Amino acid sequence: MANFNIGDSLVALFFFVLLLVLLRKFAWGPLLKMMQQREEYVAKEIEEAEKNRKEAEVASKEAVAQLTQAREEAQQIIEEARNAGVKQEQDIIQSAQQEAERLIEEAQKNIQHEKEKAIQALQDQVASLSVLIASKVIEKELSDVDQEKLINEYIKEVGEER
Amino acid sequence: MDTKAPIIENAFGISWLTFDLSNVLMIALASLIVFVFATLACRNLQMKPTGIQNFMEWIVDFVKGIISDAMDYRTGRYFLPLALTLILFIFVSNVLGMVTVIVIDDVSWWKSPTADPGVTLTLAGMIIILSHYYGIKMKGSKEYLLDYVRPVAFMLPFNIIGEFTRTLTLGLRLFGNMFAGGILTGVILEMASGGFTNVLGATIPMLAWSVMSLFIAGIQAFIFTVLSMVYISNKISD
Repeated sequence: MANFNIGDSLVALFFFVLLLVLLRKFAWGPLLKMMQQREEYVAKEIEEAEKNRKEAEVASKEAVAQLTQAREEAQQIIEEARNAGVKQEQDIIQSAQQEAERLIEEAQKNIQHEKEKAIQALQDQVASLSVLIASKVIEKELSDVDQEKLINEYIKEVGEER
Repeated sequence: MDTKAPIIENAFGISWLTFDLSNVLMIALASLIVFVFATLACRNLQMKPTGIQNFMEWIVDFVKGIISDAMDYRTGRYFLPLALTLILFIFVSNVLGMVTVIVIDDVSWWKSPTADPGVTLTLAGMIIILSHYYGIKMKGSKEYLLDYVRPVAFMLPFNIIGEFTRTLTLGLRLFGNMFAGGILTGVILEMASGGFTNVLGATIPMLAWSVMSLFIAGIQAFIFTVLSMVYISNKISD
């Protein structure tokens, strides 16, 4: 039933080798090439992804750094503005104080001046009034004789002075 | 179960040349099926594999696994087409025999080509000869010859006998499994041939045996490929 036939062996060998050659050309060759290509493609894509990830990391770090810097700058600007505001406030207060002091001083000077003027005017008034009063008193009490005597005295005095 | 083979003796007037026509036809058919299947499956290959291409790539990865288990894959890469063709050819041949058995006028026309010792021994011999060829080619003839006296000199006869037993076991294992499978399929079919009740009675064993023989077909193709790669690896590895 199962005999060893040389012919079968030859046929089997022939067909197997033929199959091997044909499949190598038409099936395994292209398939393996495609798998190889895919392997390379995947490797390349992974590499690319890795590179992109690294770049993104760097960019994100940079962005964070920039953000921090911007925040610091903003903080600084706010600080400066606050300082400037405080300074300005102080300046304004100071100048207002100075102004007020100046005004007070001026007013005091004015008051002093007015006072002096008033005193002067009062003195003048008092002088003229006393003269008036004196002349009234003299007018009333000086008799003709006395008047004569006084005039003479004055004349004499004037004459002596010469 | 007494079937005859369609044997042609003294073909082309050569006295020692004998053909079993059923074997010739089944080998051709198995080769044709493998060729058409693989070629169609590997047509229109895409970067993004779909359907049948996935299946083919799965087979390739599977066989790659077999090879890299046996040897360093950098040299084993070279044997990938051989192993792929081997596993597919043997698997298809095995399965062909269990699809059915065609017997016309007491002559068996349809059976597994691997159920014939001549065919399996031819494949096994081819593998062993290839292993020797690559052994000489990759290691040089001195190293190759020195391997026969390793690990010790008196192992020389055993090593030489070993080469023949390897061929015999590799070929006859496959033959025995497929031959027995074919006989059992034939027995079950004979059971079914008596009438309606017999058909019913034979259905369940036939189904069970179909599943089992499909399993055996895969296992035997796998074993043959694994052992082929191991034998080649033995010869080419340092």
